Amino acid sequence: MVNAIETDRLTKTYGTCRGITDLMLTVRQGDFFGFIGPNGAGKSTTIRTLLGLIRPTSGSASVLGFDIASDQKEILKRVGYLPSEIHFTNGMKVRDVIRYSAKLRRQACQKQAASLCERLAVDVEKRVEDLSLGNRKKVGIVCALQHEPELLILDEPTSGLDPLMQKEFFEILDELNEKGTSIFLSSHILSEVQTHCRTAAFIREGSIIVCDRVEKLEETGAKKVTVSGSFATEGLPGITDFRSDGTSAAFLYKGDVKALLKRLSESEIRNVNITEPTLEEIFMNYYETAPSNTDRADPEGRTLWPYSNRS
Amino acid sequence: MAIFEQELKTQRRSVLIWSLSIGLMIAACVLMYPDMESEMENVNEMFASMGSFTAAFGMDQLNFGTLIGFYGVEGGNILGIGGAFFAAITGINALMKEERDKTAEFLMTHPVSRTRVVTEKLLGAVITILLLNAIVLLCAGISIKMIGSEMDWGDFLLFHLAYLILQLEIAGICFGISAFITRSGAGIGIGIASLLYFLNIAANISKDAEALKYITPFGYTEASDILNTHTLNTGYLACGLLLMAAGVAAGYVKYTRKDLRA
Repeated sequence: MVNAIETDRLTKTYGTCRGITDLMLTVRQGDFFGFIGPNGAGKSTTIRTLLGLIRPTSGSASVLGFDIASDQKEILKRVGYLPSEIHFTNGMKVRDVIRYSAKLRRQACQKQAASLCERLAVDVEKRVEDLSLGNRKKVGIVCALQHEPELLILDEPTSGLDPLMQKEFFEILDELNEKGTSIFLSSHILSEVQTHCRTAAFIREGSIIVCDRVEKLEETGAKKVTVSGSFATEGLPGITDFRSDGTSAAFLYKGDVKALLKRLSESEIRNVNITEPTLEEIFMNYYETAPSNTDRADPEGRTLWPYSNRS
Repeated sequence: MAIFEQELKTQRRSVLIWSLSIGLMIAACVLMYPDMESEMENVNEMFASMGSFTAAFGMDQLNFGTLIGFYGVEGGNILGIGGAFFAAITGINALMKEERDKTAEFLMTHPVSRTRVVTEKLLGAVITILLLNAIVLLCAGISIKMIGSEMDWGDFLLFHLAYLILQLEIAGICFGISAFITRSGAGIGIGIASLLYFLNIAANISKDAEALKYITPFGYTEASDILNTHTLNTGYLACGLLLMAAGVAAGYVKYTRKDLRA
């Protein structure tokens, strides 16, 4: 079976922006794929290159078996795309936009459109310039889904949507995915990817640094350990992400569990908590330990990772 | 043809406003002509004494005493400037608009080739220009019929044809530029149209600058030439059509290859 998306050393450099470098990415058909990374990591550049909006500097890629350089039209026929920021021509009504999109595809999709509008509570009589970001996004979703594409490419789809709409939206995506639609979702919200995606790739500074099944990523063997009391880490290999505030400590542990328990039993501790780390903590780990040639911390010492959770 | 239809839909109000502004101004001039006709002898004498100013607008070779002579100067200036501005704005907006309004991403992620987008947008620009000229022609024709003066309709139509070609040429040049820019189009368009207009005035004033008429489309729309020769200057016209073709070709080449702005 051909892959939904396959890139081979795909590179795009423009001006002063980084773009993407030698990107290797494979998304299998039928997958629910999460593409995670901080702002400016190259998520949108990757997507825009795959869709032919921009041309790669070097490398190649195919979408649903079609080459992005030569078969752009065939790709676009089979793909539904939701941009992170969507704009429509002012003066048009929502109804006109949805019809225009169907017309450009030369496809009749009134039934699908009507059902999507109902589920997402889209007011088709409104003028597009009067829509809020979230409502514009909903119209974008209808346009991306109404022709029942084989592959959905969604660039930060939930920004602007209220929690109820997000829930409905993901229900729709799950239904489509069950019916065989491949879904490629870019996001910087890890929990979103963790709950919905089966596979995830983490992009940073234009390259993929890790890509695996979500449950595999969760089961890296690493445990999240929180200890109250005094605890010495010396001579205990496999500890990363160590934080201590004097009375308690928290860290990720990847070494021998027995050695950890032995050390714990010998320490003056009041309490211990050993849990599976969240995807977010795993990625934070990758994010901080992967080699970097630029300093990602800002002058105040906060990391630029927007959703870092380091309590 | 969905893109073409969409172009016409978004353009219709602007076309109507421009057409009626130009058409009604020309009609107003024509309707004033009977009152001015008796004084035209004096006007001709006055202009004769104004030297190069008269030459600048080609009025040294025109007879204000006839309706077509009067129409050639007044109608020519209104339709010349108004039409050129409209064509410039239409051409320069055609391709740039989608990126400026950030709608390019929406349009281009539908299964439409870039070539098809350029073609339909070009067609949209041509049709709006044809529409404008049809409405202006109608306004002019009706007003001339209303005053009942004698009119050489052959020269009248040739004169309007020349201005139609002028607008298509300016639109074609601006269309090419449109593929290269992503904002501030109208200013560039009007600047180009104005420059071309002044190049012709310079060519009219100075014999040394006459070669400029090969560059500016206002060279072949000169009323005095059309009314005296009853044809359009083929040399000027050929250069104009070449420039138009170059503009359109540049638009195709650039737009089918460019990276679209997010």
